[in-house]
Amino acid sequence: MLNPLPAAPDRLTELMACPRCDALHRVEALEETQRAECARCGTILIAPPARSFLHVIALAFTAMILMFGAMFFPFLKISAQGLSHDSSIFRAAMAFSDGIVAPLSLAVMLMIVALPVVRFAALIYVLWPLANGRSAWPRAQRLFRLAEELQPWSMAEIFIIGTAVALVKVAGLATVSLGPAFWAFCALIIVTALKNSFLSKWTIWQAIEQQ
Amino acid sequence: MTPEAIPTAHDCGLIGCTSCGRVWPQGTARCARCGAPLSPVDSAGLQKVWAWLIAGIIFYIPANLYPMLRTSTITGSQENTILGGVVELVAHHNYGVAAIVFLASIMIPLAKFLAISYLALAVGHENRAGGHRHLWLYEVVEFIGRWSMIDVFVVAILSALVQLGFVASIHPGPAAVSFALSVAFTMLSAQSFDPRLIWRGPTVNKEPQ
Repeated sequence: MLNPLPAAPDRLTELMACPRCDALHRVEALEETQRAECARCGTILIAPPARSFLHVIALAFTAMILMFGAMFFPFLKISAQGLSHDSSIFRAAMAFSDGIVAPLSLAVMLMIVALPVVRFAALIYVLWPLANGRSAWPRAQRLFRLAEELQPWSMAEIFIIGTAVALVKVAGLATVSLGPAFWAFCALIIVTALKNSFLSKWTIWQAIEQQ
Repeated sequence: MTPEAIPTAHDCGLIGCTSCGRVWPQGTARCARCGAPLSPVDSAGLQKVWAWLIAGIIFYIPANLYPMLRTSTITGSQENTILGGVVELVAHHNYGVAAIVFLASIMIPLAKFLAISYLALAVGHENRAGGHRHLWLYEVVEFIGRWSMIDVFVVAILSALVQLGFVASIHPGPAAVSFALSVAFTMLSAQSFDPRLIWRGPTVNKEPQ
């Protein structure tokens, strides 16, 4: 990480600029469990590559299956004074579907279901050939970048906290029971968090570039 | 080497990709590895930050004035604004949840408006020494911003779930839309802020040596 002079273009692959603070580093090969942090701002530049791409693929598949279950099983059921009503996640998103608030239901649907699924699918598409030692499929760069850009907008974990708050608000009004989709969604969040922690962007970019 | 003395890619006449970290000679338009457009570190991008931030603040006003929820029960119907919802939770002694909603819907948006304005104003006027503090603030803003969406999801779930005819029903109010837009615009504002500017210090328009 001490190269004050512009390098020849072919040696630029040895350098890395911190995406946060632009500090220039020289990349060295890491041990299995090592990770590289930015010398100035501490941003993690290279996560430990100990977990193979297959781990990430497996977790992304798991997450997609859980999402499928979470979509179609009942999410929450409410009953009061002999009346009952159950709601799936799809119904929750469609709550805004009338009047001027209609576009919001589309946005909610995107944030809790569509964007997470797009990210899982993109990741599988990018990593599958790399895990098998082949060269990346066409448009893999665009898709991986898309998956990264969508990260702040996929809000599954926030949705679950929102559910918890909603449960407390309803508690006085009626009895609520949790359906299988609720638990599937909780599992989905844990799997997504695991997947994110196994993901090393730099390693994937390098693999895409080299193979 | 002190943090201030570490050369940036910009100092070395190079340009770093903010998407994948790959380094290219200055003037390259697009990263050949990941395809992201390469933007030079300059303060022109701050205009975007201000534009999204102002949009976020404008939409935050109706979000607080109009009702978020319309609840109708046997005893009558009621309209709740964001603050009204918090007050009601406190009245029912749900202090923990009241605190979550108050934090997510009122404190965090206001704190974000202040933090982003501060960062955008401070960039280019302070020395690099302020970097760590500013970067920390930026990371907090970026991490926490999405959590303001909680209230929108609460409204979505409540109005999907509580449909018990005359016994009780809940419908979303217009504030839900403007609140969601306000949160989205503030997130875009935070994303348009280029954290690399923090380390450029007062010499924002300096040419590379």
